[in-house]
Parts: sequence; structure tokens; C-alpha cells
Amino acid sequence: MTRTPTKTRPARSKEVVTFSSYCSKRARRIEAIVRSFTAICCVGVVVLVVFLLGYLFIRGVGSLSWSFIFDAPKDRMTAGGIWPAIVGTLWLIGLVSAFALPVGIATGIYLAEIAGQSRPVRMLRIAIANMAGVPSVVYGLFGYAAFSLALGFGKSLLAMGLTLSCVTLPVVITATEEALRQIPKEQRQAAMALGCTRARTLGKIVLPTALPGIITGAILGLSRAAAETAPILFTGVAFFAPVATNVTQPSMALPYHLYIMATQPTTPAPHIVWGTALVLTGMLSITNAGIATWRSYKRRKLQW
Amino acid sequence: MNTPAKTRTARTCDAAATLVITVLGWTAIFVLIAIAGFLVHSSLRALDEVGIWSMIAGSDWFPTSSNARFGFLPAQIGSAWVTIVALSTCVPVGVFAAIYLSEFASTRFREVAKAVIEFMATIPSVVFGLIGLSVLVPLIREHLPVDSGLIGLSAGLVVGIVCLPTIISISEDALRSVPRELRQGSFALGNTRWQTAYKVVLPAASSGVFAAVMLGLGRAIGETMVVLMLAGNAGIIPTSPLEAARTMTGTIAQETGEVVRGGLHFSVLFTLGLVLFVITFVINLIADLVLERSRKKWSR
Repeated sequence: MTRTPTKTRPARSKEVVTFSSYCSKRARRIEAIVRSFTAICCVGVVVLVVFLLGYLFIRGVGSLSWSFIFDAPKDRMTAGGIWPAIVGTLWLIGLVSAFALPVGIATGIYLAEIAGQSRPVRMLRIAIANMAGVPSVVYGLFGYAAFSLALGFGKSLLAMGLTLSCVTLPVVITATEEALRQIPKEQRQAAMALGCTRARTLGKIVLPTALPGIITGAILGLSRAAAETAPILFTGVAFFAPVATNVTQPSMALPYHLYIMATQPTTPAPHIVWGTALVLTGMLSITNAGIATWRSYKRRKLQW
Repeated sequence: MNTPAKTRTARTCDAAATLVITVLGWTAIFVLIAIAGFLVHSSLRALDEVGIWSMIAGSDWFPTSSNARFGFLPAQIGSAWVTIVALSTCVPVGVFAAIYLSEFASTRFREVAKAVIEFMATIPSVVFGLIGLSVLVPLIREHLPVDSGLIGLSAGLVVGIVCLPTIISISEDALRSVPRELRQGSFALGNTRWQTAYKVVLPAASSGVFAAVMLGLGRAIGETMVVLMLAGNAGIIPTSPLEAARTMTGTIAQETGEVVRGGLHFSVLFTLGLVLFVITFVINLIADLVLERSRKKWSR
């Protein structure tokens, strides 16, 4: 697309042309002030994140032990561990991987490779962008009405997993599409020129190259699913339940356990609260830091 | 496309794969339609028996009394206060931080800061709620003339922090997508970096920054766990952020688990969900349309 002269207009507006402004002391002073002010905002956010993590670590590290991780809660939730909640969260991650990843990745492939720019496709894109903005508690209501009641799954891991899959879907779709769009057109054209069908080009050339990006998106989506509380509130999360053995049971989950323990008015157990917070955040941090490192390594290897 | 080298099986496989992917690709839109459909279906009873206007404009929320009143105003105004507090903290901080990242920061600092901010987006909102409870609430109780720290202000401040990564990363993207030539032109005319940022880059990226604010707004209205833990969940209409508030999301989260399925209260909560869905849908739609336009503006 060639740019028309009107689009460069900001550079020509009359204030910009004041040549003397460069020399003026005032401009330089304002520059210094603004620079340090915006820097404070930016560094402030970074410091805030470091503070949050540090605070969480200091408050939570004392309660970490093998028995805290691998035991069930005891003494009316004031002692013991969080193993059923960890298992519940792992179940949910598994279920979301089973439902949301195939559909999400396929949708991403469809949008990047097959769909054109037609009107219905634009509607689909808008719908996906909007899905990402639907509040998580509304997903909770939907999951309750659709999966727990209408489909009869009741309060179960399955209903929670399906609800969280809907929450995760837009994240996975967007990440997959972005990853596929970064692959140069020439690679596809070369494959096509050698006589590959579209499916073969996709399977042999495009997907392997885009895999790091797709996996990153998938992990981001899964960690979002593991972090969400509101969608599982009504679809099957339990205050206390034994370790879940199949998907028709209700189950504990880490974020809900954290929420309910932190807001317990009667029997507070702060070490369980902070320990749970540290385990949950730690799980997500380690996975995300790992995947980010792996991806930047892969990206360095794949330069074009 | 139809070169003779392609065998029949290859072509069949290709068609089959394309078909499967296309069908799966359209599932997303069915999910969205299903969300709207189930919300409307479950709200029908409330819409019929209470009426949409008496809910949206009703000022009393007594869902369990014998003469039950279902007015959304306490929740809507509570949500409004929390959102106002959240946005008035996170929009300036977020946009300034984005300006620093895109206009002033060194490449190295930018890489580190962006990684940290992206990482911030993965911290669960319950964890923010917990840290708000143990750090911010006691501070507010000590320093402000309030009885309890569980008020709209504390919820709003923490929601603001939760929205920061969204606002920073989207506005930074918008600022960075402004072509370098525009900046160079402005420097060549003798402008300082800030003059360039303020007079050239910001106007050029305004639609992207606006979209970032809209998306932040959508997140702030939709945030559930933080407000559930921090806002106090009082039943009355709050007149300032210094009072305990209940929000739309908090009301749904707190009451849906406890009501009789299919009852009137149950149906009213779905109507509240529907109202929330419509509000965030409109906000996101605006953000999306603006963002698409801003993307087209500088794509070459």
C-alpha cells in the first residue's frame, strides 16, 4: 500500500516546525522531566512485579514441605497439605489440553492458511477477539447453564474442563494464527512449487516451523486456565474433596482453594493460604519462564 | 494448483484436511453464540416476571426477602466506582510506561521490562486479591477515614494493577508500529524526543492507545476475584469509592452457587450476566474495530 501525503500530516503540523524549540532551555528541561517521569512509571511497574513475587515468596516459603504438597487437608482445613487441589488443577489442565488445544490450533490454522478476507471470516475474527473479552464469571454462568445443567454433567471436572476450554480458546487461536503468519510466504510457495498439496505443505513445512510459537501459545492458554477461578465457581469446584480419580467427580483446584482459604472468616490458616499462593504462582512462573527461554532460543536458531 | 504430479489420494487428503480444519475453525463462533443463547434462555423468566428496565434501573437489591427486589443499580454503580478508580490509576501509569518503553528506553531495558510485564499477565488474579488483602487493605484502614479497608477504592487500585499489562503491551505495540520515518522527520526539524512523542507519535498511534484503554476497561469491568475479595460486597448504592461496594461480577460470583436452580433469583443473576456480556461485548467491539483501523493505517 502506498501512503498518501495526507497520512504524513502530523509531521507537518505547524507546532512541529518551530525550529528554535530545539535550542530552547525550556524544551530540554521538559524533556528531562518527562523522561524521568515516564521512566518512574515504567520502572515502578517492574519493581511492583518484583515486589509481588518477593513478598509472595517470603510469606509462602515457610509453609512449603513435602507433606504440604503431597498430603490432603486435615483438621477441618487448618492443617495438612494441598495435594487434592494440585491434582484437580492438573486434571483441569489435561482436560483443557484435550478440548481447547485441537480446536484452538485448528482455528488458528484455518484463519491463517485457509480463510480469506471474506465477510463471514471477518465476523469470525471479531467473534474470537470478543470471546477473549467476555468476563470469566460470564463463562462460569454459561458453563453452569450449558455443561452442568443442560448437558447434565453436573458439578464435575468435565464441566469445569469444558468451561475453562471456552475461556482458553481465544488465547490459543490468536497465538497460533500469529505464529503461522510469521512464516514467510516464500517457504509455502517453494513447497507448492515442488508439487506439495496444501495439507502436505502445512504438515511438512509450515507447522514444524511454527511449532515453537504454537506451543508457547498453548502453554499461555493452559496457564490462564490453571489460574482462573471464576469459571469453575459454579461448575464443580469443591471446598474439600478427595483426590479426583475420574472426570465425573467434583474436585478441588488451586486458585479456588486459595480464594476460599484467604476469605475464611472462622478458621484462618495463613500458612496454607500463602503456601497455596506460592505453589500456584510458582508453577505458572516456572512454566512460563521456561517456555519463554526455550522460544527465544528456537527463534535465534531460526533466522530468515 | 492442479499440477499433474499430485495424485488422487493426495488431493483427497488435502480436501479432507481442509474440511476438518474449516469445520473446527468455525466452532469458536458457535461457542460465542451458545454463550449468548444460554444467557438469554436462562434470563427469560426474569425478563418476563421482573422486566428488564425495573432490573437495570431498580435501586434495591433484596433478592432473598419475601418481597424480593431485583435492582441492578447497586451492582452497576459499584462496578462503575471500581472501574473509575482502576482506570484512573492504570491508564496514566500504563500509557506513560508504554511511552517510555517505545520512545526513551534502551533496547536492553525494553526487552527485560517487556518480559517482566508479560510475566505479570500470568499471575492469577486471586493472588493479586490475596496480596491486596494483606498489604493494601491494612494500609487503607490506617490512613483513610474508613471503618474497614474492604471498599471500592482498594478493589479499584488492585484491579488497576491487574489491567496494567494489557494497557502497557497494547499501547506499546501501537506506539512502535508508527513508522520510523515520522520520528526521523520530527527529529530533523529539531524536536526533542518528548516533543516528537507528544506531537507526532501519540497522535499517529492514538487509535491504538484508545483501543488499549478500551480493552483495559473491559478487563476492569469483568474482573471478578479481586473485587469479590476486596470490594466489601455491601448491598447499598455506594456514593463514593470510600464505601463498601458490590459489583456486577462479584454479585454473580457470590450468589449463583447458592440459589435454587431455575428460580427467579437464579434467572435474575443470568440477566445480570447478560447485561455484563452486552457491556463488555460493545466495549470490545469498539476496541477491535479501532485496533483494526490503526493496524491498517501503517501496514505497507
